[in-house]
Amino acid sequence: MTLEASNVTFGYRDRPVGTGLDLAIAPGSFTAIVGPNACGKSTLLRVLSRLLKPTEGAVLLDGKAIAHQPSKQVAKRLGLLPQTSIAPDGITAADLVARGRFPHQSALRQWSRADEAAVREAMAATGIEDLADRLVDELSGGQRQRVWVAMVLAQETELLLLDEPTTFLDIAHQIELLDIFAGLNDEGRTIVAVLHDLNQAARYASHIVAMREGAVFAEGAPADVITEATVEAVFDLPCKVVPDPVSGTPLVLPLGRRR
Amino acid sequence: MLRAGERASSRTLLRAFALTAALAAVTVLAAVVALGLGEMRISAVDVVRALVGDAGTAIETVVVQWRLPRVLLGVVFGAALGLSGAIFQSLTRNPLGSPDVIGFDSGAYTGAVVSIIAVGSTALVIPSALAGGIATALAVYLLAYRRGVHGFRLIVVGIALTALLGSVNTYLLLKASLWQAQMAAVWGAGSLNGLDWSDARAGAAVVLVLLVPLLWLGRRLRMLELGDDAAAAMGVAVEPVRLALIVVGVSLSAVVTALAGPVPFVALVAPQLVRRITRAPGVQLVPAAVMGAFLLVTCDMVALNVPPIALPVGLMTIILGGAYLVWLLVAQSRKELR
Repeated sequence: MTLEASNVTFGYRDRPVGTGLDLAIAPGSFTAIVGPNACGKSTLLRVLSRLLKPTEGAVLLDGKAIAHQPSKQVAKRLGLLPQTSIAPDGITAADLVARGRFPHQSALRQWSRADEAAVREAMAATGIEDLADRLVDELSGGQRQRVWVAMVLAQETELLLLDEPTTFLDIAHQIELLDIFAGLNDEGRTIVAVLHDLNQAARYASHIVAMREGAVFAEGAPADVITEATVEAVFDLPCKVVPDPVSGTPLVLPLGRRR
Repeated sequence: MLRAGERASSRTLLRAFALTAALAAVTVLAAVVALGLGEMRISAVDVVRALVGDAGTAIETVVVQWRLPRVLLGVVFGAALGLSGAIFQSLTRNPLGSPDVIGFDSGAYTGAVVSIIAVGSTALVIPSALAGGIATALAVYLLAYRRGVHGFRLIVVGIALTALLGSVNTYLLLKASLWQAQMAAVWGAGSLNGLDWSDARAGAAVVLVLLVPLLWLGRRLRMLELGDDAAAAMGVAVEPVRLALIVVGVSLSAVVTALAGPVPFVALVAPQLVRRITRAPGVQLVPAAVMGAFLLVTCDMVALNVPPIALPVGLMTIILGGAYLVWLLVAQSRKELR
């Protein structure tokens, strides 16, 4: 399944973000979108997930405009983990994950075996089986994020769009979550994630999209994109790039002005 | 909406289901008692016999012709108010976000007063009150709209518009003739007095019609609770669904206001009591409807039979709502002191 932004101009009425942007997400890839704050990476993800309608151009899912397809049908193929979600008071982890089944249900077809199986599988993939009956409010940040990821997984989509999935987590939970995403990618799901940490992006992603001022500045394999020249141009930050001693992927060492 | 099969393993939902069924049974019991009370006391057994047509004409006339429409409307209107409150509290994510507090009732009242003055009778009160309520809702929605509607803004704009409409209503009543003002005042007290079978049929029909879209919207309302982005990502057309929910919620409240006058606080209290009793997560439409029915039937029974002279049920629900708010504030401040 391919997802493609074709000549999209997007933004908000009072704040245009990007013009004439083209981007193709390769099936089976793990694409990381990186770039400085307010470069439009999250906005682009909203456009790709049809939450924000481009003012010009179109987002194509398998060649067909996403805006012209029934939203619930799209939701069976493309899942999104938004930056902020709200857990209803008093909901348990399992019940929250179960809500991810909405696109597969209708007034006539409500809770089925397929739903039960998808929820179980999603909870297993994120390692939250033991949290099933716990209240989401009482979980730690890392656990809670895994529950939200499980909810999106329960949607059973080939494509997962993740908007800064690791931002508020400590380093151990960041890696734990990225490992989950890598596992899902190995199983064949296409993943597009907005990430802040360049070193994590370089290590986990197969394809990196570097954005600056609403445009794609560079894209390609991590070794081709995460270079001293590109990082400096995109982030205005001088740096050294060395091979990551663990994975061999590029490792960015920023050069501060004082230390 | 509560569905027992949602997750077989979820004890909270089973519990909520059981409690709702129990509350429904208590409501039926209260209704039977209410049918037996009045100047002519009738035993519960005779009430049931009258309902199945086995009690003789005299008792049947009293129970079925005189009292049943009122009790039935208590159930239907209570349920409508409970649903309306549950919808608005879920949409606004605020326990104060009920239609009467936001002020859709004032719009319906304005519609009613205008028609009483213009027509000189209560003939067109129902469509006018409905129009007034829905127009107010649309005005609040449009005024609160900024890249989508968010709960808190909806409440604040609603309160502002209520204040405006309050002065309009006062002005209209001052300009009206004495008997028109009297008619409006009687209507404004919110009572099930004098409602007969034709009212009961009309009210029940409108509420039933409104339940149809709610079957479809209820599941989407639950998704909206997860935040607009999550709901949209799962295929909910967020703004159209929200607008439809507002229209249904307002209509449910407006139909009650149209036939009975404003009956405050049931919509506010019912969903909150349900939350506290069932402790199930999120919006619970069916339990809130049952709780609303229970509250209104009970309040009307008390208002009719306990005080030396029968009071309009609107007064009873104000007492109930006031007591609830005081209790809520006290409980809240205790929690904060701890």
